[in-house]
Amino acid sequence: MRLVPAGLAVLALLACASLTVGAASVSILDATRDPRAALILMESRLPRTLAVILTGAALAVAGVVLQALVRNRFVGPETTGTAESAALGLLAVSVWAPASPIWAKMVAASLAAMAGTALFVAVIRRIPVREVMLVPIAGLVLSGVIGSVATFVGWQTDLLQYVNAWLMAGEFSGVLAGRYELLWVAAAAAGLAWFAADRFAILGLGEGVATGLGLSPGGVMRLGLAVVAVVTAMVVTTVGMIPFVGLVVPNIVARVMGDNLRASIPAVAVLGAVLLLACDLLGRLVRFPYEIPVGTILGVVGAMIFLWLLYRRPAHG
Amino acid sequence: MARRTVLLALAAGLAAVSAIWMLQGLPSGPARGFVLGLRAERLAGLVLVGASTGIATILFQTVAANRVLTPQIMGFDALYILLQTLLVAALGIAGFAALPVWAKFAGEVGVMALLSSLLFGALLGQGTRDIPRMILTGVILGVMFRALNAFIGRVLDPNEFAVVQQASFASFSKLDATLLPAGLVLTLVGGISAARMAGRLDVLALGRDSAISLGLRQGRFVPMVLALVAIMTSVATALVGPITFFGLIVAGLTHGMMRSARHADLLPAAALIAAITLVLGQLGFERLMGQAGFLSVGIEFAGGLFFLFLLIRGRIR
Repeated sequence: MRLVPAGLAVLALLACASLTVGAASVSILDATRDPRAALILMESRLPRTLAVILTGAALAVAGVVLQALVRNRFVGPETTGTAESAALGLLAVSVWAPASPIWAKMVAASLAAMAGTALFVAVIRRIPVREVMLVPIAGLVLSGVIGSVATFVGWQTDLLQYVNAWLMAGEFSGVLAGRYELLWVAAAAAGLAWFAADRFAILGLGEGVATGLGLSPGGVMRLGLAVVAVVTAMVVTTVGMIPFVGLVVPNIVARVMGDNLRASIPAVAVLGAVLLLACDLLGRLVRFPYEIPVGTILGVVGAMIFLWLLYRRPAHG
Repeated sequence: MARRTVLLALAAGLAAVSAIWMLQGLPSGPARGFVLGLRAERLAGLVLVGASTGIATILFQTVAANRVLTPQIMGFDALYILLQTLLVAALGIAGFAALPVWAKFAGEVGVMALLSSLLFGALLGQGTRDIPRMILTGVILGVMFRALNAFIGRVLDPNEFAVVQQASFASFSKLDATLLPAGLVLTLVGGISAARMAGRLDVLALGRDSAISLGLRQGRFVPMVLALVAIMTSVATALVGPITFFGLIVAGLTHGMMRSARHADLLPAAALIAAITLVLGQLGFERLMGQAGFLSVGIEFAGGLFFLFLLIRGRIR
C-alpha cells in the first residue's frame, strides 16, 4: 500500500489550504511584496499549521506505542489518565515552585504523566487478559478519578482556570510564533519511537516472547511510557486535550498495514496529521471567521469512527 | 421481615439526616424563616435527585441484566443536555422563553423517553451478553453527545448560547428550584409506576428467555421500563446536572444492604439510600468543610475508585 505518499500529498494540500484560511483578509501569495501578509504568514498561519501537523503526528505515534505496550487496540493517550496526570504534575509545580523555569515545569508534567500511565498499566495487569473491552473502560474511569483530583486541587489553589484550559477541548486559535515550540519536543519524542519501533512491535507480542527474543521488557516498557508521557504532556500544556487522534488513527493504519511498527509508524504519523489538520480546517470554516475548537470537532468525528471500529471488529479483537 | 426492618431504619435515617440539615447552626431572629425556607427547598431537591437516581439505576440494571451499568455511564444524562441545547436551537430564545417551565420540562422529558427507549432498547433488548462492549459504546456515545452539544453551542449565536448555559448550568450548590414541582410530580409518577411493575421486574430479572416463557411480553415491557429510566434520569440531570458514578455507588450499597432480588424491597431501599447519601454528603462538604460545590467531585472520585475496585475484582462481566 502506498499509504505514506498518498497521505503526504493530501497533507500538502491541506497545509496549503490552512495557510490561506484565516480571519485576516490578506493574500498569502503576496507575502514577498506585502510586509503585512508576510507578518501574518510567519507569525500566525505557518506556526499554526506546523503546530497542528506536529500535534497530530506525535499523538498518533504515541497512540500506536501505547497500544503496543498494553496490547490493546482500544486505548489512546487521551483515555488512560495520561493527560490528567500531566495537568496534576503541572499544577503541583505551579503551587510549590511557581518561579521554576519552563523546562522544569515541562519535566514535572512529563514525569507525572509517566507515573499516571504506569498506574494505568499496573491496573490493567490485574484485569483478565481476554477482557479486551475492560481495558479502555478502566482507562476512562481512571482518567475521571485523576481528573477529579486535579479539579479539587485546582479549586483549592485558585488555579481551576488553568486546569480547565488544559483539560477542555483543545484548540489552536491561540498558536503564534513563540507559543508552540514545545510541540517540537513532542515530535522529537515521536521520532524516538520510530527508532525503537522494532522493540515496541516485539513487546506487543507479549512479555514472554520479548524475553525469549533477548529483549528486556522492563526497559522497553519504560521507554514507551516516556514517549507517551512526553508527547501527551507537551500537547496538553500547549493546546489542551485533543481526543481520539491517538485512538483511531493507529487502528485504521493497522487494518491496512498490519502491526509491523517499523513500516507503519510513518503512515500513522502522516495520517494523524491529516486527520487533525482536516478537522482543524473544518472548525475554522464552519462559522468563518469564528472558530470551533478542533477538540470539539474531533469529539464528534472521532467518536463515530471509534464506534464503527468497535462494531466492525469481532468481539475478541 | 428483616428487610422491612432495614427499610424502616433507612426511612428513620433519612428523617434524622433531614432534621440535622434543617436545624444545624440555625440563626435566631428574623433570618430564621428565610433560612428554613431556603434549606427546605434544597433538601427537597436533594431528596428528589436521590430518589429518582436510585430508582432509575435499579430499573436500568434489571433491564441490562448487569449490576455495573447505570444510565449515567451509558450516556443518558449527556443525551438530555444535548436535547436541551437542540430545543433552544430549534425554537430560538423567544420560543424557548415563551414556553412555561413545566411544559418545556415535560416536552424534554417526553422526547428523551422516546429517544432513549429507541436507542438503548435496540442496544439492550437483544439480550446481548457482551457487557464490556456495551459499556464502551455507552461511554463513547456520551462523549459524542457532549461534543455535539459543545459544537451546537458554538454554532448558536451568543445570546442563545447564554440561554442554553443558564438552562444546563445546575449543580448541587445551585439547584434549579423552578423545576422542583414538575420534578416532584414526575418522580412520584415514576416511583409509583415502578412500584406497580415490581412483580414483572422480578420476572424480567430472571433473564430474557425465562421471562418470555413465564409469559412476560418482553418486547413491550423493556421499552416501557427504559422510558421510565429516561424520565427519572432527566429529572435528576435537570435539577443538579450530570454525576456519572452516583448511581453505581447507590446500586452497590443497595445490593450490599438488602441482599434481596425482590424489586419491592430494592426500589424503595435504593431511593432512600441515595437520598441519605446526597444529604449527608452535601452536609459534610458544605457545612463541615465549607466547600459548597464539591459533592459532585467527591462522588466522581469515590465512585470511580469503587468502579475500578469492581473491575479488578472481576465483578464486571
